[in-house]
Amino acid sequence: MAIFEHMGVFAMTPGMGVMWLISVTLMYLAIHRKYEPLLLLPIGFGILLANLPLTNLMDPGEGLIWRFYHYGIEWEIIPPVIFLGLGALTDFGPLLSQPRLIFLGAAAQAGVYITFFVATSVGFTLEEAATIGIIGGADGPTTIFLAAKLAPHLLGACAVAAYSYMALVPIIQPPIMRLLTTENERKIKMKKGRKISAREKQIFPVVASVVIILLVPASAPLIAMFMLGNLFRESKVVERLTDTAQNSLMNIVTIFLSISIGATMSAENFLRKEVIFIFSLGLVAFMIGTATGVILAKFMNLFTSDKINPLVGGAGVSAVPMAARVVQKMGMEADKNNHLLMFAMGPNIAGVIGTVIAAGIFLTLLG
Amino acid sequence: MAQEVLAALAGNVWKVSVEVGDTVEEDDELFVVEALKMEIPVYSPCDGSVSEIRVKKGDKVEEDDVMAVID
Repeated sequence: MAIFEHMGVFAMTPGMGVMWLISVTLMYLAIHRKYEPLLLLPIGFGILLANLPLTNLMDPGEGLIWRFYHYGIEWEIIPPVIFLGLGALTDFGPLLSQPRLIFLGAAAQAGVYITFFVATSVGFTLEEAATIGIIGGADGPTTIFLAAKLAPHLLGACAVAAYSYMALVPIIQPPIMRLLTTENERKIKMKKGRKISAREKQIFPVVASVVIILLVPASAPLIAMFMLGNLFRESKVVERLTDTAQNSLMNIVTIFLSISIGATMSAENFLRKEVIFIFSLGLVAFMIGTATGVILAKFMNLFTSDKINPLVGGAGVSAVPMAARVVQKMGMEADKNNHLLMFAMGPNIAGVIGTVIAAGIFLTLLG
Repeated sequence: MAQEVLAALAGNVWKVSVEVGDTVEEDDELFVVEALKMEIPVYSPCDGSVSEIRVKKGDKVEEDDVMAVID
């Protein structure tokens, strides 16, 4: 009765059963709660596949999804391609019209570094700690990019943590921001910055590429693709390329990215006590990032008459544009004519770049 | 005295909640603008009647565009 030995059902383990539950939970959250469905739905399905025994889907050298993972993620192709699309979707206008708000995007990276030190002190290796810290940047592709290079065994958990916290931004951030600000501060209406010309927007991605890549060469794959996408957008002469980068190309690679991430989460990889630490430390990183952004905004207000609404600091974690939406919503709750959305987009975009730079620094020091 | 209603931020007009001739009070909702998938209401700056509406549903507005005039 050799056929029974080849049936998966007899090779099931209890851990696989637990992973099935996680898989179904993520698919449920994606479909019914609309938590990042574009990512969590295929990730959820990938988890299920990875925990069906005897499939060889993830076998090195031959499995179908292993190939997606190997050529897409290990070869560092997909995260930079996603960054091309993100660049094509990004308007640097809000950031350029209020350059001082860049500091808020930088401040939020404190969450990444503080968590890095905490994670090393509870016994993670430096490489693992960097990968966990970067979750605090709340930037999916950057987390995946760094994890694939430094700690591939943590990739699945870190990616799911990053995407879950992005989906939970509207729940995690407001209490912290409310705690650190007064009603009057939340009512602050900000003065509009100057208008940014089309020419400035075209020059920016070129200059920013040169400056950032000269300073942190290890950030080049992500920064280069991001700025190229942005140059497509702002040049206004390659609308077909802009459109492809923003939509079809991004959608295609998202499919292969997310199913591969899901498939890295086999029971033996995922059901370890470290994963609980990853989720809790990732959350701490994210909360610290939110807080440091708000606190720096308040600090900057000590030195300027042109007041910053400190809520805007909360958008310094990447999570574009969810964090900026939270700021808009809280600003309107304080005063219904207070529109902070575009001000918040500045630190929000700066946060993305800041997280990439933080990842580049980790790669330089640890890679 | 006529008062212009300006778009607070760039986006698409999602909903026009009033018609020309309507009487409005300060803080009544006049429009809903959609920006970054958020629906953001635009409120009347004063009491009066709507004498002019310069946008329609689906229009793109830039920051500080005049959306309506209240008399």
